[in-house]
Amino acid sequence: MGISPVLWQFLVNWLHSSALFPTEASTIAPYTDALYFFLIGMTIFGVVLVGALVTVFSLKYRREKHPVAVQIEGSTLLEATWTIIPLAIFLVTFVWGALLYFRIYNPPANSMNIYVVGKQWMWKAEHPGGQHEINALHIPIGQPVQLTMISQDVFHSFSIPDFRVKREVIPGRYTTVWFQATQTGKFHIFCTQYCGTLHSGMIGEVTAMTPADYQKWLSESTSGMSLAQNGERLFASLGCIQCHSGNAASRGPNLAGVYGSKLTLTNGQQVTVNDAYLRDAILNPSEHVTAGFSPIMPTYQGQVSEDGLIDLVEYIKNMQSNYRVHQTLMTSDSDKAAPTTPTTGTTQER
Amino acid sequence: MSATTIVSLPDQATAQMPKRSYLNNEHGLLSWLLTADHKRIGMLYLLSITFFFFIGGAFAGLIRLELLTPQPDLVASDTYNKFFTMHGIVMIFLFLVPSVPATLGNFLLPIMIGAKDLAFPKINLLSWYLYMAGGIFTLASLVLGGVDTGWTFTTPLSTHYLNTHVLTTATAIFIAGFSSIFTGLNFIVTIHRMRAPGMTWFRMPLFCWSQYAASLLMVLGTPVLAIAIVLLALERLFGIGVFDPAKGGDPLLFQHLFWFYSHPAVYIMILPGMGVISEVISTFTRKRVFGYTAVAFSSVAIALFGFFVWAHHMFIMGVSNYSALVFSLLTMLVAVPSAIKIFNWAFTMQKGSITFETPMLYAFGFIGLFTIGGLTGIFLGSLGMDVHLTETYFVVAHFHFVMVGGMLMAFLAGIHFWWPKLTGRMYPESLSKLAAVVTFIGFNLTFLPQFVVGYLGMPRRYHAYPAEYQVLNVLSTAGATILGVGYMLPILYLGWSLKYGAIAGNNPWQATGLEWQIQSPPLTENFLETPIITHEAYDYEWLEEKMKLEKQEVTHVG
Repeated sequence: MGISPVLWQFLVNWLHSSALFPTEASTIAPYTDALYFFLIGMTIFGVVLVGALVTVFSLKYRREKHPVAVQIEGSTLLEATWTIIPLAIFLVTFVWGALLYFRIYNPPANSMNIYVVGKQWMWKAEHPGGQHEINALHIPIGQPVQLTMISQDVFHSFSIPDFRVKREVIPGRYTTVWFQATQTGKFHIFCTQYCGTLHSGMIGEVTAMTPADYQKWLSESTSGMSLAQNGERLFASLGCIQCHSGNAASRGPNLAGVYGSKLTLTNGQQVTVNDAYLRDAILNPSEHVTAGFSPIMPTYQGQVSEDGLIDLVEYIKNMQSNYRVHQTLMTSDSDKAAPTTPTTGTTQER
Repeated sequence: MSATTIVSLPDQATAQMPKRSYLNNEHGLLSWLLTADHKRIGMLYLLSITFFFFIGGAFAGLIRLELLTPQPDLVASDTYNKFFTMHGIVMIFLFLVPSVPATLGNFLLPIMIGAKDLAFPKINLLSWYLYMAGGIFTLASLVLGGVDTGWTFTTPLSTHYLNTHVLTTATAIFIAGFSSIFTGLNFIVTIHRMRAPGMTWFRMPLFCWSQYAASLLMVLGTPVLAIAIVLLALERLFGIGVFDPAKGGDPLLFQHLFWFYSHPAVYIMILPGMGVISEVISTFTRKRVFGYTAVAFSSVAIALFGFFVWAHHMFIMGVSNYSALVFSLLTMLVAVPSAIKIFNWAFTMQKGSITFETPMLYAFGFIGLFTIGGLTGIFLGSLGMDVHLTETYFVVAHFHFVMVGGMLMAFLAGIHFWWPKLTGRMYPESLSKLAAVVTFIGFNLTFLPQFVVGYLGMPRRYHAYPAEYQVLNVLSTAGATILGVGYMLPILYLGWSLKYGAIAGNNPWQATGLEWQIQSPPLTENFLETPIITHEAYDYEWLEEKMKLEKQEVTHVG
């Protein structure tokens, strides 16, 4: 062969390092791949069938062999056949796809939660313990992990191909996705929604680790403050504490244990309190007034970053009693400068 | 009838160029720019969309060149983003949407139904000027420095985060949209009001049915695009907040509005192509189209269902699970009429008398590639599968199989099929067959690897990508090179044929359509006397009778 050994070696390595099929690294991946192979089978069957019809007719009825065409009107039976059979196959696909969709987007109840904030052009993951990482995500294998995601600017989309999961990350709205990794290793994170100049630079890496390694990583990378602790600080500094003190006479509803409960709003709507509801209630309080309370809470739109909102949500989520709220109130009472209640005034100025 | 309308039909050797035709009826540039003749306007469109096709194609070439290597090394990221944006905008709004309707449809629709012109000839000319205005605005945004929104203009990226020429481009699309609204309106009115005596709905060629269905979509869908663009402009200029969550707007609303047009738009693009395929297959099998009514109604069904599937572009965007279910189900339903068409075309060949001229080869290409394109659409309509595949190269491959493999093949089939009618001349047969084969091979090499790389997870619109995807991207780029050759060839030999091609005669393919019964190229007034239709479309027995009569007439004269 005239090809130089160096070039040959390069070609072999190049071909060898190329991928043709993604790793199945999550519990969902085998389900997705099963449907994929079914659909590939359907496509091959369809193409071969149409190809065979065209080829056979071309050979059999070409002008040399079949000089005079026989006019045929059509056939209701055949029309019905090729209406009903494709329809049936497509409906099977529909049901199969729908079942898979519900599997992908309904997280198990015991999943652990990690927050992800997308912004041009990076992913920021925040673990409840306060571990922050950029363009990286450490997760334990064998345990369902739910991501609660939001964008700070434009639409992004969070995709881990080896897990076969993807979800749009939307400004102003929490979206969630979950997965359970089945093998350790490093996997790509892509932003798949075009988001501006460095769209293709908005990538990262999932590191799937054994639970023991994950615990080790958590303890080594903690920033000292959990998200809930950050949230508690914000809760006090933003003045939330004044109305949401948990006292019977306070002007805002008691927040202890509110997460996961069902609320009736003044407009009669029934809602379940989840992350998205808490976030919306902070930013757009007049639309989320709990029955029995007046719409006096000002909006915090533009005053709290998405990170801050996550801290607040995480704080309220974990708030089981008002003990620490009272503690904080006492402390702030002891060194208060003005005797008047500052809430309305302060918040209006903000 | 005068001798100019009937040149002795079956024998091409004695065919002559008619002395008078729409081409030489008037002379000078102005006579073209101010014409109200649907055939001349069709030719103006043909020239302009070919121009824009090569601009769009050049950007496609640059994109593939950049993707040859995993590193972002040919151009800067901003420039790359401008490349794919311009490729998408030019190809979709300035090529695919007007391709068959505005060129072949304009030229042929009135002739096929036995009319002298479209219902509103001047509005037809206005459509072309609007199209050109849209084109000029697009070129302006390109020359001024480009735009990098992607052809989907997703907010809030397009409204708040980019300082490129978004508004210029939006204006271009707004204006070009009215061009297609007017064309659609013109076609609908023409088909309703201008059919020759005896030309009932079910005697119309299937090409007319598909144009009619596409026109309905243009008229009902395009205004929504216009609304979306106006809202986008208001949001960008004045920050009215309809798409801004901080002001109580909904960031997803824009995508609902955009896809409400842009999903039907893919049927605007593909339906006229399907019409071409029906004509071509019937002609080269010498057989009426199998299940005429099924094919006709499947066009209308596609147009109807096509309006109710738009949210299948948004399955991962946090729409409610139940609306996702409904849209997925409707997507499955819209696939059925396409399957019906494919099988009807295949069975049209049964017991035919088939020859394999260039248009037929392109039609075979269409059937094969559209089958793959359609079936891979089922992947994306299937909810759980879509989660992994959406926004990856799988979508890119699927879309190009339908639009380039399907529509562009159909367009080329149509151009080759009617070229003798448009110009009165034949093109070189073997060279054009070569082009059809080269296009088919190049196409598959370009886009089949993209399905694989898409399932691997490579996102679309990526300037750089992980090294393990390189082999597939190199294959794709190699294919694109071959595809480029396949598209250059027709330009060269069709141009050559204008002067040196053999004289075609009235009906070189022995086709049944009314357009083949008049001289090539046609007279400005199309018909010397209004034709009276007594036969159905694709009635080859009628054609045989007619030719016998004409032969006698000619012998008598001789």
